[in-house]
Amino acid sequence: MLTAQWMYGLAGCVIMALGLRGALLHASLLQRIVAINVMGAGVFMLLVAVAYRGPVLPPDPLPHALVLTGIVVAVSATALALALARRLHAEQEDD
Amino acid sequence: MSPVSLPLFDALLLFSIVGLAWASLATTDERRSVILFIAFGLVLAVAWGRLLAPDVALAEAAIGAGLSGALLLGAVHRQPRPLSPGSTNDSRNQGATGMGVVLRWVVTLLCTALAGTLAWALLHAFSSVPHDMLPRAISGNLAASGVSNPVTAVLLNFRAYDTLLELAVLLTAVLGIFALGQANPGYQPAGPVFDSLVRWLVPVLILTSGYLLWVGAHAPGGAFQAGAILAAAGVVLRLAGRTRIGLPEGFMLRIVMAAGVGLFLLVGLTLLLLGRPFLGYPPAWAGSLILLIETAAMLSIAATLLLAFLGGRPESPAHAARTESANTTASNSGNEEQTPC
Repeated sequence: MLTAQWMYGLAGCVIMALGLRGALLHASLLQRIVAINVMGAGVFMLLVAVAYRGPVLPPDPLPHALVLTGIVVAVSATALALALARRLHAEQEDD
Repeated sequence: MSPVSLPLFDALLLFSIVGLAWASLATTDERRSVILFIAFGLVLAVAWGRLLAPDVALAEAAIGAGLSGALLLGAVHRQPRPLSPGSTNDSRNQGATGMGVVLRWVVTLLCTALAGTLAWALLHAFSSVPHDMLPRAISGNLAASGVSNPVTAVLLNFRAYDTLLELAVLLTAVLGIFALGQANPGYQPAGPVFDSLVRWLVPVLILTSGYLLWVGAHAPGGAFQAGAILAAAGVVLRLAGRTRIGLPEGFMLRIVMAAGVGLFLLVGLTLLLLGRPFLGYPPAWAGSLILLIETAAMLSIAATLLLAFLGGRPESPAHAARTESANTTASNSGNEEQTPC
């Protein structure tokens, strides 16, 4: 077992839980979107820690490709969520 | 990439990452939260470098911290009052009532339990015998993939179907944004210092994106990082108050938006007609086909991310001029220009 692997893996678990807590408890929609992004970063850290195989062996490229896909999907989801929040706000202003 | 173990550096790095995540979520000030999130993303990119994932580090710095940060900061800037669902004096936010405090503790406890379970499962997985079947299969077939960067080989060849669907997700998201309304109003023209910076920065960004696209075949880089940098050039032009930010108009814009998915599908279906599996490139053609698909994907990704930053359907210049003159006569305050923050 590699020291770096479990250190980053555990940090990934903590970051994911922090993000989930923020997404559930924050009142502001924008901060919920930030929290969901933090949660995603925790999941990415878990995956990259799983891919790590020590300083000598090259890391497993498959989880890296999954994380790259995840980052792009996360930014498109963030953009759509922000557009929805903006529209929601505009509707509230009209009332 | 020196093979050294630096546990103290790792510990400090992780301490600052977890600390930034916590600080970004602990505050109720939206602007502070977003700025701390951008810092979190940048420090995270260093962590990806430590774990020998340079492709992910590039994408995190350009997309995770850069463009997400620009999107979120733009939203804070346009929204002077906090975006809250329902009433503004939300008890959960202030924790004033007894129910609110109980709820917070229950959620915190459940999230801690989830983190503990995940950590337990992870340590269990790490302590078992590592199986290297997949990495070995990837490195064994790398020569036939047409590229020598294993991450690009996975993304564009071995698991090309994932990437095709990912481009479809991007297209769907931008169509959703189009359906929700018009683009945000533009920014005021930049001052002389920012304007001269833009003159230098935009060509460098365009050149960098072309380099990343080309180099992705054999080193860290590829269509996603290149597309994000190209979109960043447009974001910089937009922030400087330019009306022309490199996006085509009308029908051409729709072609560029759909080019990534379209060309990918076209290649897959052509191969199917030639009696090969869907997206199963012939090894002799794989390198050229991957570069062709990546070029189209880069243009689509850049257009999509830039449209996401605009936050809606862009107005055609003729239409914008009409609404502008209509606004000056009707003195409509809803369309006034913003200042970059």
